[in-house]
Amino acid sequence: MASDQISADMVEGSEFPFLVTRYNVQGVPHTVINEEHSVVGPQKEIDLVKAVLKAIGK
Amino acid sequence: MGVLKEKDKNKVKELFKDIDHDVTIVMFTQEIECPHCEMTRTMLEEVSGLSEKLSLEVHDFVADKDLAEKYGVDKIPATVLVGEKDYGIRFFGVPAGYEFTVLIEEIREVGKRDPGLKDKVMSELAKVDQPVHLQVLISPT
Repeated sequence: MASDQISADMVEGSEFPFLVTRYNVQGVPHTVINEEHSVVGPQKEIDLVKAVLKAIGK
Repeated sequence: MGVLKEKDKNKVKELFKDIDHDVTIVMFTQEIECPHCEMTRTMLEEVSGLSEKLSLEVHDFVADKDLAEKYGVDKIPATVLVGEKDYGIRFFGVPAGYEFTVLIEEIREVGKRDPGLKDKVMSELAKVDQPVHLQVLISPT
């Protein structure tokens, strides 16, 4: 909501097991950034933004 | 049959009191509903009745394929929160347990048009100059 560039899906893993397999989810919350990057565990807001910036090479 | 307890409804009603803008909850299900779809729809019908600022649109994932595509909905049950525009907020699966808290919080943020983030986080977010798709995988608690 705070960025026009970012969309965010909350995905119930137990209902979509194919995504759990696709992203090799072993612990939750598991955040996938643009299909290729991920961060595991609860993130502080600022840390998540930093992970996003890192993922897009900023 | 309802899914929310009376005391939870009252609590949510209280939380929704400071919503001052309209929020449309757009849900995708299908004609023959999956059990999770039915539960999600029932829950959203109850939630949307807790504030006059909220409205619920229920669409068929198959019959309204174009709309589903527009919202980037590729699986159901799907719940999209829309304010004066689509902010890219989606829930896939039943928003129950901890996710229910997140759903209520997100509805409030959209309803107040305020993401509730610190200035420092906002200034870092401003550096994001290309589309980013986040998927947070969680499990029921």
